[in-house]
Amino acid sequence: MSAPAPALAKPLLHLQDLTKTYHTGEVEVKAVRGVTLEIQRGEFVAIMGASGSGKSTLMNMLGCLDQATGGAYLLDGDDVATLDRRQLAMLRNRKLGFVFQSFNLLARTTAIENVELPLLYTMPLTSAKERRRRAVEALERVGLANRLDYHPSRLSGGQQQRIAIARALVSQPELVLADEPTGNLDTRTSIDIMGLFQELNDSGITIVMVTHELDIATYCKRVIVMRDGKVISDNANAERRRATEALAALDDAEKEANVA
Amino acid sequence: MNMLTSLQNLLIQSWQTLFIALPALRRNLMRSLLTALGIIIGVASVIAMVAVGNGAQAGIQAQVSALGENLLTIFAGSSRSGGVNSGLGSASTITIADADAIGREVRDVVGVSPEVSTTAQAIANGRNWSTSIVGESPDYLKIRNWKLTDGSMFTDREVRSAARVAVIGSKTALELFGPLNPIGQSVRVKNIPFVIIGLLESKGSGMGGQNQDDRLIVPYTTVMKRLTGDRFLRSVNVQVAGSDRMEVAQQQITALLRQRHGLTAGHDDDFNIFNQKDIAETVTSITGIIKLLLGAIAGISLLVGGIGIMNIMLVSVTERTREIGLRMAVGAQPFAIKLQFLMEAVTLSLLGGLVGVLFGIGMARLVGVFANFKAVVDVSSILIAFAVSCAIGVFFGFYPARKAAALDPIDALRYE
Repeated sequence: MSAPAPALAKPLLHLQDLTKTYHTGEVEVKAVRGVTLEIQRGEFVAIMGASGSGKSTLMNMLGCLDQATGGAYLLDGDDVATLDRRQLAMLRNRKLGFVFQSFNLLARTTAIENVELPLLYTMPLTSAKERRRRAVEALERVGLANRLDYHPSRLSGGQQQRIAIARALVSQPELVLADEPTGNLDTRTSIDIMGLFQELNDSGITIVMVTHELDIATYCKRVIVMRDGKVISDNANAERRRATEALAALDDAEKEANVA
Repeated sequence: MNMLTSLQNLLIQSWQTLFIALPALRRNLMRSLLTALGIIIGVASVIAMVAVGNGAQAGIQAQVSALGENLLTIFAGSSRSGGVNSGLGSASTITIADADAIGREVRDVVGVSPEVSTTAQAIANGRNWSTSIVGESPDYLKIRNWKLTDGSMFTDREVRSAARVAVIGSKTALELFGPLNPIGQSVRVKNIPFVIIGLLESKGSGMGGQNQDDRLIVPYTTVMKRLTGDRFLRSVNVQVAGSDRMEVAQQQITALLRQRHGLTAGHDDDFNIFNQKDIAETVTSITGIIKLLLGAIAGISLLVGGIGIMNIMLVSVTERTREIGLRMAVGAQPFAIKLQFLMEAVTLSLLGGLVGVLFGIGMARLVGVFANFKAVVDVSSILIAFAVSCAIGVFFGFYPARKAAALDPIDALRYE
C-alpha cells in the first residue's frame, strides 16, 4: 500500500502509561494501571494473566472498542483518544481484525456472508463482486474454500473459528486481535488454530492474542504477563513451538497408544 | 459534487442494507407477517373506509342533484289551529297569482311550476292503485331534470284549460298496466277520466325515501278545479339561471312575496324557501364529517399497526444485541446500524402498506357489491396510505434503531 517504512521507525502499537478506571456506583475499579509497551509490525504477542488481571480491558482498548481513562495509545501513529465513535468504527474497520472465543458468527448466514461482513462497512463502499472475491480469497487462506455456502451450525468448532479468522483477515488489517481464540476448542483443534496463526504471522500479519493457557502462549513469539492491571513480565519466547511439529508429535503419540 | 457523492453513497448503502434487512425479516417470517398485518389492516381500512365514504357522498349528492338544478322551493307557511301545527305547505298563503308574479318579476328565474298534490285511487285496466296525484306546470320536468321515456308533457294550453291529461310514473304504470304501453290509455281518478300522454323515466326513491316513480303528474289547474277544489298552492318550484344567482333570486322572491302578502317589518314570513344548494351543502358537510370519522378510525388502526412495528423492532434489537456488537466491532458505524434497523421497519411497513392497498381495494369492491352505492377508491387515498405507512415505518422504527446504534460494542458483544 504505502512505501515500506524504515525499520523500527514507528511501532504499530505504542502504549504510554495507559490506565482504565471504571466507576460502578461508589466503587472505583482500576482495571489497568499504567501500561507502557510497544508492538512492532510482524510480532506475535500473547498477553497472559489470571482473570481480573486487566488483560481483557487492555485488549478492548487495543481493539478501539473502549477508550482509556489516562495515558496515550497510538495505533499506527494515530492517537486513539482523539477519535469519536464514528472514527473509531472506521479505524477498526480499516486496521483491525477480531477473533473471539465464542467465534461470534451470525447464525443462519453462510460462511462467505459471514466473512464478507466487515466489507459491508468500508468507506468508500466495496462492490458486491469485490466483496465476494476477497471473501473467497480469505476463506481459501484458512483452508475452507470448499465450505463457502455452509451455515456455521453445520461446521465443527475448529472450522467455525477458521471462518472467524477469515473474517478478521478479509479487510487486510494491520493487526489481528484474538481474545482466547482456542478457549472453546479441544487440544488438537487448538494446536491446529495456533498453526494457522503462525502461518499468517509468517506471512507478515501482526497478531496480539489474549490467553490464560501457558501451553497456547508457547506458540507465540513474545509473552506479556499481567497482574493487577500492570505488566509484570514481557519477554521474547525463547522456546517457541511450531504447531506443525506439535501436531506430528500428537499423531505419533496417538499411534503408539493405538498400537499398545 | 461532494454532496452528490455522499447522497450516492447513502443510496448504495441503503441498497446494501436492504440485503441485510430482507433476510433478517425472512428468518422470522411468521413474526414479520403478523407485524405487517397491523399495517395491512390499517392501510386496508383507510382505503376501504375512504372509498365507502366517497361512495356514500357521491350517492347522496346524486340524489340531491336529482332534485333538480338550482332549485328553489317556496312552501306555504305552516297553519296552526288550536295548537296543532299542520306543517309546511298546510297554510293557505300562496296563490297562482304569486307564482305568476315570481315568474314575471324576478330576474334569473327560468322556470316556475306551481305544485298541488293529493292522494287518490287511480283506476284503469280493471285494476286500482292508490297513488299521488301531483299538479304541476309544463316547466316541471325541466326544473326537476326529469325525462320522459315515451309520449310528451302536457302544454301551457292544457294547463289553462285544466285538461284531463296525465303523465304517469313508471311504478304506477307497472301497477296499473303491467307490461302494456300506458300511452293513450285512460285512467280514472275520483271518477274523472284522464288520458295518459307521457311515461316518466324511473328515478328511484328520493331524499325522503318516498318512491318518486309512483305518481301521476297532471296540470295543477286540473287538480285544483276538478279534484280538490283548493284555491291555494302547496308550493312553488322555481328554477334559477345559475347557482351564483340563487342567493339574489331567493332574496327577491322573499321581498316580492312579503310585499304581495302585505307583510310589514314586524311580521314573519308566511312562507318558507328551500334552497337546493343549501341542502346540497349541508349534505356534503355531513357526509364529509362521516368520511373524516371513518378515516380517523382507520387511521387509529394504522397507528396501532405502527406501535406493533415498534414493539417487534425493540424485541429484535434486544435479541440481536450480540449481532449488533459484532457488526460494530468489525467497523459498522452507528449510522449503519441505525440504517439497518430503520430499513427493516420501513420494509415491514411498506410491504404491509402494499398488501394493505390491495386488500383495501378488494374490501371496497366487496362493499360495492353488497351496498346500493358504489365505493369509490381514489388514487390520492392510496398514495396517502402508502406514504403514511412509509412514514410510520420511519417514525416507529426510529427509536429502536437509535437504541441499537447507541449500544456499547463491548457490552453488546458480551450480552447473553
